[in-house]
Amino acid sequence: MESLSNKRKVLEVKPLNLLERAYLPAIIGGLATTMKHFFRKPVTISYPEEKREFSENFRGMHSLKRDEDGKERCTACGLCALSCPAEAITMVAAERQKGEEHLYREEKYAAVYEINMLRCIFCGLCEEACPKEAIYLDGDIVPADYLRKDFIYGKDKLVEPPLNQ
Amino acid sequence: MGLVDIAFKFGLILIIFVISLVVAMYSTYAERKIAAFFQDRIGPNRAGPFGLLQPLADGAKMFLKEEIIPTNATPFLFIVGPSLAILTACIGSAVIPWGQTITIGGHVVDLQVTDINVGVLYIFGVVSLGVYGVMIGGWASNNKYSLLGAIRAASQNISYEISMGLSIIALLMLTGTLSLREIAEQQHGANWNIIRQPLGFLIFIICAFAETNRTPFDLPECETELVGGYHTEYSSMKLGFYLFAEYINMFISSAVMATLYWGGYNYPGMDWMLAHTGPTIAPIIGVVVLFTKVFLFIFFFMWVRWTIPRFRYDQLMDLGWKILIPLAIANIVLTGVVSAALTHFGF
Repeated sequence: MESLSNKRKVLEVKPLNLLERAYLPAIIGGLATTMKHFFRKPVTISYPEEKREFSENFRGMHSLKRDEDGKERCTACGLCALSCPAEAITMVAAERQKGEEHLYREEKYAAVYEINMLRCIFCGLCEEACPKEAIYLDGDIVPADYLRKDFIYGKDKLVEPPLNQ
Repeated sequence: MGLVDIAFKFGLILIIFVISLVVAMYSTYAERKIAAFFQDRIGPNRAGPFGLLQPLADGAKMFLKEEIIPTNATPFLFIVGPSLAILTACIGSAVIPWGQTITIGGHVVDLQVTDINVGVLYIFGVVSLGVYGVMIGGWASNNKYSLLGAIRAASQNISYEISMGLSIIALLMLTGTLSLREIAEQQHGANWNIIRQPLGFLIFIICAFAETNRTPFDLPECETELVGGYHTEYSSMKLGFYLFAEYINMFISSAVMATLYWGGYNYPGMDWMLAHTGPTIAPIIGVVVLFTKVFLFIFFFMWVRWTIPRFRYDQLMDLGWKILIPLAIANIVLTGVVSAALTHFGF
């Protein structure tokens, strides 16, 4: 039958000739190939000490941003939690009191902001949903841990360190 | 034989024993490191600088692991197996000449534990005994994979011993002696036997791979078919003994190959060296030369292991019986005819 793709190649199975049956030429060829690899640079990245370079749009751990005055940008609108397909985000909103203006930018802020890193699928939809540019997935790989409860990251781990005062 | 000579002999035995063990230990490290280099990796590098303490860590681990003797195993034979394997591996080094006679403080010492006049036969005897360790261990485990591995080891070793012996006969026709010391002496300078016996050496090294159960002939312990082969049921240091025995065997067979075919401790310009450095330094250089050859062979063993896939069992038997044995016999005939012709025409 005519093959449709014209890519079919009929292989002929010939009995090995004397040189092939002696194995040795093939073995020497193989030894040469492995010897070439012997002097090649290893491709290993020794992970904790060395890190592979991430692409520019790599999505890692979340960080809650501060504005140029060091105030938290998040206003606890809940759009990120709503957009999250994995339902990993939860928060408790609170009203800004007098004297806290230097801490929070808006009148309402997130008193508790938690992301369950085991649920998170790092899709970046929270980043897109946020109207205040408060959350970005610009961090590192989420580190391993022993207990499930330790993967629920609160504000202590998520909020950017304060600017230099 | 004076007391001092006996003391020297014991010292030599001790040193060779320790060297065998250390070489075996670091062969495991070298194997992993070399495997890594062949596969573009780095290999063990966490324990100590360059991972040099890795064998110690492995050894400690081996000792601390739980010692398991399966309920249905035969306890006595189960322990005899690895003991026999390591014993036969260690006694093979007794007849290998590690260097010329050396003069230490006025005492002339042979760098060889014993020069028995049937050295080659002794080596063969020890090698043949080695398979009993594997066989008994596999049998005593009472596990079908172990037994299959043991049977494979036995039949493979028996098959390849024949062609190994035949390839040696051609060599012995030229040397006219079975003493390893004399064979080494005959190869003085660069007059190595490999020049006269290239085919014999080829057969010998193929058989050496089979005898030491190394890839491509590692069927007795092939993980893909037999779990772990004859040492499936073994744990702790008993397993360690089997693995150790394999590496010591590799070391000894490398030393035998270097001595029989590649001139042993001989190297070009050794007379000049003896005249210029004296009878203490020159033999030590010879020992270093021998060990360099041995390490090159060990490297070759590993190089082949990380290159060639395993033979199928019927191919293994075909190669042993249908190719190597006829080839070895042809080599004997060829050696006889050529050396007779050379003598006849007066070379």
